[in-house]
Amino acid sequence: MDRENVIVVKSLYKSFKDNHILRGIDLTLHQGENLGIVGKSGIGKSVLTKCIVRLIEPDAGEIDVLGTNVLDCVGNDLNALRKKVGYLFQGGALYDSMSVRENLFFPIRRTQFKDKEHDTDELIERSLRSVGLLDSIDSMPSELSGGMKKRIALARTLILKPEIILYDEPTTGLDAVTSGEISELMLKIREEYNTASIIITHDMKCAKIATDSIKIMSEGVFIVDGTYDELSRNEEKEIRDFFI
Amino acid sequence: MAKINVSVIKERFKGRLKVKEETRNFYNGVFIDLGELILFTGNVIKEMFHPPFEFRELTKHGFLLGNKSLALVVVTGFIMGLVLSMQMNPILADFGAQTLLPGVIAVSMIRELGPVITGLICAGKISSGIGAEIAAMRVTEQIDAMEVSGTRPLSFVVASRVMATTLVVPILVIFADAFSLFGAFLAVNIFEDTSVTLFVNRSFSLLGFIDLFPSTLKTVLFGFFIGLIGCYKGYTAGRGTESVGKAANSAVVASSLTIFVIDLVFVLITSIL
Repeated sequence: MDRENVIVVKSLYKSFKDNHILRGIDLTLHQGENLGIVGKSGIGKSVLTKCIVRLIEPDAGEIDVLGTNVLDCVGNDLNALRKKVGYLFQGGALYDSMSVRENLFFPIRRTQFKDKEHDTDELIERSLRSVGLLDSIDSMPSELSGGMKKRIALARTLILKPEIILYDEPTTGLDAVTSGEISELMLKIREEYNTASIIITHDMKCAKIATDSIKIMSEGVFIVDGTYDELSRNEEKEIRDFFI
Repeated sequence: MAKINVSVIKERFKGRLKVKEETRNFYNGVFIDLGELILFTGNVIKEMFHPPFEFRELTKHGFLLGNKSLALVVVTGFIMGLVLSMQMNPILADFGAQTLLPGVIAVSMIRELGPVITGLICAGKISSGIGAEIAAMRVTEQIDAMEVSGTRPLSFVVASRVMATTLVVPILVIFADAFSLFGAFLAVNIFEDTSVTLFVNRSFSLLGFIDLFPSTLKTVLFGFFIGLIGCYKGYTAGRGTESVGKAANSAVVASSLTIFVIDLVFVLITSIL
């Protein structure tokens, strides 16, 4: 069955001075799909997702998100589009001067987000329940572990009910058990919130659990794509190295 | 005719060319920075009038920034008044003009020294603090997180702080002026007994509207630029942890320089008027 495209990236280029990071990236994300992007550190995976939400300006190319050309969007239009795209940062990026409750309330208040089914308190509690951390509602970010921070950051991302979530290294710096839990959580979130996701990772266990298909990135382009099982059978050394 | 060997000339002038290029890059950098600051200022002013308004943030930062700097400003003002009186008294005595001392102190403190010294203290304490705090938010991707969720960090993080400093610095200057006069009153009393009423009368006898209005207006501008430059340096900081220190440092340098420039402009304007 053909699914709707929610993100379409065509011929995306980005350089930092003489360092050519993205060299003509093409990517399509379908509705309800969890797409993994795997590659070595510093290869430009995060640059790609940051270009999608215009945190970084690409040099050339086209980015279409939910039918809107992102590169044509400015001001309120860009903000409106960004509300539909959740972004989970590598370190969580929780606002350290605010409690967990305030962290979750902040996007609601600032974007004047209204939900027909739930009031604000219910929304916050629902998001925290989704990530299994309702008990930490009045904690400060400094009191949380690395895994908890990522879960809370995910809850904050979910609070605006995004249609797409971009996960930037969701399991980096976590132990194997917590990484597994976060990977399972990403699957659960997709079912519960009906989201499509791009998951940037170099953790193949995470990619195996949480993604439907994987693209492997090298030298600024995707060199191969397929499901975890298909790629794990690939004989090329460059691909095999990721599965060791 | 002998051929000109370009590579030999280039080699000979390599050092000089490098210095030239570095100088050109430095001046380019200054103008680019200035252009970006102007755009940043425009966006911040626009955000100040764009709801939702952050009154809670404004009062929180106003209280925190004012409270943190009050003791330093008050002590500095007091010492300035005391020292200035003790040094001016023998000079004025030589001319038999000791009665002018309170007025001279009041005019010099309220017109010039109070605003400038308080401005410099705030540049060192407030602007650097704001620069470091926002740069740390940039490094830990908190600003990025606000941007990608469409929550307009320029309004929440920057506009509230700029408005807070714009309100707080003039109040701190009033405190500095008041305590400098108190210091001057104590110093005058070392030399001769003077009543508070007489001291106050003599202090304000030399002050006119032209002394009070421009000095108040320039403190408002000092406050605005102290906040704005601190926020700008923090907001445009790099990604590494060293950029936090750099942002704090450059915020102090740029806002101190701005205070002197604003002061110079006001002195020129008031001297023409």
